[in-house]
Amino acid sequence: MNHFTPVSALLGGALIGTAALLSWLLLGRVAGISGILAGAARTEGAERHWRLAFLGGLVVAPVAYALLGGTLPVPEVTRNPAMLVVAGLLVGFGTRMGSGCTSGHGVCGLARLSPRSMAATGVFMASAMATVFVTRHVLGLQ
Amino acid sequence: MVMLAAALAGLVFGLGLVVSAMVDPAKVLGFLDLAGDWDPSLILVMAGAIPVAALGFALGRKRDRPLLAPDFQAPGADRVDRRLLRGAALFGAGWGLAGYCPGPALAGLALGAWQTWAFTAAMLVGMAAHEAWQSSR
Repeated sequence: MNHFTPVSALLGGALIGTAALLSWLLLGRVAGISGILAGAARTEGAERHWRLAFLGGLVVAPVAYALLGGTLPVPEVTRNPAMLVVAGLLVGFGTRMGSGCTSGHGVCGLARLSPRSMAATGVFMASAMATVFVTRHVLGLQ
Repeated sequence: MVMLAAALAGLVFGLGLVVSAMVDPAKVLGFLDLAGDWDPSLILVMAGAIPVAALGFALGRKRDRPLLAPDFQAPGADRVDRRLLRGAALFGAGWGLAGYCPGPALAGLALGAWQTWAFTAAMLVGMAAHEAWQSSR
């Protein structure tokens, strides 16, 4: 089913961009979620505290949205548990090895015109699209 | 102030993921599925985010330091190497397998789907595995 939602996508995107702008101008940090998450486990003191505060804000966002009167999206998960676990392992390992994810490379890196982020974004988009093609159209999974 | 600013940035980021419905893996898979009933929403999320983020980086260039921290800490590396590309390929495979990437997984935890929690737990294990692999080399 196609549920193209251009307005909420642009609006949500502008909020994500605003968060990246705030991180940079206030804290001098790139808003890359995988890096902030991994860093929260690795660092200590003030370096750890701002990361935990950022992650806390990220995690409570749906609660805040509901309190503001918004209607929360209902996640629709079609992939089985084994696939989710393998996916999690790949995403965790791959984002560390590749120094970033959709936020750090795909939003902040592209906004900074970083050649590394352009290359990484091209590769992970292609890899993800190929994986979806194989799982959906070759293996017949949803 | 730093903590407040960081929490605010995280909150706004999460609100963006909720508003755009990127916390729904079906929405993300719909974008990644070029051969199916393609949903271009995710590209508009990026199109909405990148110009605003770029404005932030442009404004930052006019300043010596951020408002609440001693210096700007841009990622240092600038060379495209094999490690970057391999890591991105692995990440993409996982992203396409589940429809979750790190931001939406964390911002989606409170929505209560156990699958989001299972994915996130595995993701943390994957990150720890990379850490262990790095320090063993």
